[in-house]
Amino acid sequence: MSVQAESRRTPAKGTMVLEARNIVKRYGHVTALDGANLELRAGEVLAVIGDNGAGKSTMVKVLCGAVIPDQGEVLLDGVPVHFTSPLDPRKRGIETVYQDLAVAPALDIATNLFLGREVRCRGILGSWFRLLDKRRMKSEAQKEMAELKFRLPSIDSAVEDLSGGQRQGVAVARAAIFARRLVIMDEPTAALGVRESGEVLNLIRTIRDRGLPVLLISHNMPHVFELADRIHIMRLGRRVALTTPQKHTMGEVVAIMTGAMPGNDQASGADGPSAA
Amino acid sequence: MNIVTPRLTHVGENIASVPSERTKRTRSKNFSQFLRRAWAGLRFTFGVFVLLALATLAGFPTSSNAAGSKDEILIGLVTKTEVNPYFVKLRQAATAEAEKKGAKLLARFGKFDGDNEGQVAAIENFISAGVKGILITPSNSTGVLGAVKKAREKGILVIALDTATDPADAVDATLATDNFQAGVLQGQYARKALGAKAPKLAMLDGTPGGSVDNQRHDGFLKGFGIKEGDPAIVGKQNTHGALDEGQTAMENLLTAHPDINVVYTINEPAAEGAYAAIKKAGKQQDIVLTSIDGGRLGVKYVQDGKIAATVMQFPKKMATRGVDYVIDFAKTGKKPSGFIDTGAELITDKPFSDLPSKDTKFGVENCWG
Amino acid sequence: MAPNAVASINRGTVSLGRAIATPAVGPLVVLLVFCAIFSLSTHTFLAVGNLSLIIQQSVIVGTLAIGQSMIILTGGIDLANGAIAVLGTIVAGRLVNDGNNPALCLLLAIFLCTLVGVISGLLVSRLWLPPFIVTLGLLGIVTAATRLIAQGGAFPVTDDLLSWTGNSAIRDGSGVTYGMLIMFGLYVLVWYLLTQTAWGRHVYAIGNNRPAARLVGIPVQSRLLSVYVFAAFLYGVGAWLALGRIPNADPNALQNANLDSITAVVIGGTSLFGGRGSIWGTIVGTLIVSVLRNGLTLSGFDPLWQDLVTGVLVISAVAVDQISRGKQR
Repeated sequence: MSVQAESRRTPAKGTMVLEARNIVKRYGHVTALDGANLELRAGEVLAVIGDNGAGKSTMVKVLCGAVIPDQGEVLLDGVPVHFTSPLDPRKRGIETVYQDLAVAPALDIATNLFLGREVRCRGILGSWFRLLDKRRMKSEAQKEMAELKFRLPSIDSAVEDLSGGQRQGVAVARAAIFARRLVIMDEPTAALGVRESGEVLNLIRTIRDRGLPVLLISHNMPHVFELADRIHIMRLGRRVALTTPQKHTMGEVVAIMTGAMPGNDQASGADGPSAA
Repeated sequence: MNIVTPRLTHVGENIASVPSERTKRTRSKNFSQFLRRAWAGLRFTFGVFVLLALATLAGFPTSSNAAGSKDEILIGLVTKTEVNPYFVKLRQAATAEAEKKGAKLLARFGKFDGDNEGQVAAIENFISAGVKGILITPSNSTGVLGAVKKAREKGILVIALDTATDPADAVDATLATDNFQAGVLQGQYARKALGAKAPKLAMLDGTPGGSVDNQRHDGFLKGFGIKEGDPAIVGKQNTHGALDEGQTAMENLLTAHPDINVVYTINEPAAEGAYAAIKKAGKQQDIVLTSIDGGRLGVKYVQDGKIAATVMQFPKKMATRGVDYVIDFAKTGKKPSGFIDTGAELITDKPFSDLPSKDTKFGVENCWG
Repeated sequence: MAPNAVASINRGTVSLGRAIATPAVGPLVVLLVFCAIFSLSTHTFLAVGNLSLIIQQSVIVGTLAIGQSMIILTGGIDLANGAIAVLGTIVAGRLVNDGNNPALCLLLAIFLCTLVGVISGLLVSRLWLPPFIVTLGLLGIVTAATRLIAQGGAFPVTDDLLSWTGNSAIRDGSGVTYGMLIMFGLYVLVWYLLTQTAWGRHVYAIGNNRPAARLVGIPVQSRLLSVYVFAAFLYGVGAWLALGRIPNADPNALQNANLDSITAVVIGGTSLFGGRGSIWGTIVGTLIVSVLRNGLTLSGFDPLWQDLVTGVLVISAVAVDQISRGKQR
């Protein structure tokens, strides 16, 4: 039995999983999001890219509940949801991996995987004495790591003894284990070197192959082109293009991102300046 | 069964800014090199430490003989603190006397005024060490009673120095200044020096609750001829016997009551502080500043005219006599008992014929600090 | 006898490396080395009565250090723990002196101590004030409040319940006091909470990487609050133990207990940066300080050596922690 297998839903490929419609977010007189749309479909890796200030991090914060939008709606499986705290998306099966290593370095891998979601013993020991079921957590952790084909020295070693890539791998694995709808990854490789990034990219692929859609926010074009099924390009608070690595080259994508080339997104209209 | 349904108890937590928070702990390579070197250094230090420990071990037999031999008389001394020169002198005098008589003195002290725990631990450790007698200046008149009782049950002579316990017969004997009587002397002098002027008294006390502090305070009032609560007392402050606190207290009192004309201080550091405040206000001529203790600096303040008079006590006498009593007890089994007054003398260069006093020459020769 | 001691010292050098991995091992070795030295240099150190004494002398700081450990594990620090315990002794001492029911007075005293923890916990967890500042402020406030309640006096404790913790358990003269049993019981309890429950893992995670703790959904605020409240409750129990040890409630007592408890925690191998350490290290750290005080007295050394050696140990402990953290980067 996998930890989450029975509750993870794998809809038909192409079904809309997460959708954001016409999101507006202003900070004072700065408009971070100006009617932005986003759609994530089942079984895909959707890369969200954009220059600094294009609104992609605000978009992510809206989707993971850290920012409440001024206008617009977010739909999960077609049903409107209102995220007011980062815990709300988690309850609905959305896990987020952050750029910073969101792990406790002194604690071991199994503890980190189950941090905040510890499993207690059954019966009185668990309910009255709050005794942790360490053995069970450890074996589940081992099984999950094996399923994710993520190799580690030992499930008992402290996270700080791992390489940077392995550490981020722990955070990614945690998201993969507990996510039931989708995983959001906010610059998961930004703090890593080239080889270390590779381990994380492999994990992301494994996650997609297991049926979870991934929303990948990244600056790193090679990574985006290596992984993404579709590319969502943001500029000035809107989506200006939705394309695929096959349709556009890396140079063209960068051109769209910087405004040197027009995008193709009809819904968002022209890519003229729109800050209020 | 879904064993990992998240148990989220804390939905409302505001963590809006979290994703942008970041831990900035990237260390430079240089620093990690430094750490490696430091680590090597530490291993070396540990090695030295082990060697030192071995050396100490090797050197121990002599000191352990000294501490443990049956012939040598061990005496324990517990003072209040090691920051007050009064207790330092007392300890030094006791050590010297013990050496002179061929006994060994173990000295311990509290870390601060009121460190009952430290004093009790010292007494207990003395009992373990097998002392014949314990001399103690208790931080608190009741705080050490339990440990003192244990010591006496083991047949150890316990003598209180400087400060009596409550009840006084909890120890075998008390060697001390009669602080109340010393306060009376101080008060009598202050009254005479003031002359016919209506008193406006400022009192710079020590630590609230200290028994010596209370006795001196009450004695002063008796000698001065007024009662607690008399309107002549315009202000009271706690200085903890410290110079800086004495100065601050006096400054504040003078601001509130510029007409103060007589000042009681718990000890000479407090008096020195008070003098600084008085001088700043230009009131040296208008105020009679008196103190108590009889330290070297205190006598000098009297010589310099900063303090009108101080009352001298004789801690060396307490120490030497205390040591003598223990040695006597160890040899003959004779115990002293009761309150043994080591006396107090008024020291001033402006004496009054009807109030016995000594001049500062005597003071310099007999002072303790 | 001598070869044994040498052997244990050598073992010390060897296992210092492992001490980094298991925080309580290094301090334990240091403790054993000191015990070996003192048992060789004096005849009295190893006497049952003397060993009992050392533990009795550790009971107050040892108990305060439990709370201090938990707070330091979250990355905080508590400068007010001694003051809170003194508040407890004065409240209980004075109320009982006024002729009130001792059991009620004791409960009230412990409750008041816990209440101070609610205040510090709320300030730290809701307003995110630095624990150093909060507890520094509380140190002043609680000390002043205690003096106001004491009104310049100290209160000798004659009541049996208040001084019960100083009594011998099992049988008279066994050298085991109820206070010791309570302290060890509290250590076991806190060990259980810290290592066998989710709460404890959250405490470590908060001290280790607080932003991460929040991101993974740990209720950081309520965990922090609970740590401060529980610690203050332990200080209240510490007040009871203090009354058993010295049956005299003195507002001037325990002025250094805050630093002493920090010393014990640090010597015990817990990181001042939070998130690393073991509660067993803390009891070992407390015992090291007591063993030094006792052993140096027995062998006739100047008491200043105790402060000197303790200072060296504190710096070494922090250096080891710092270096082991550095190595991992």
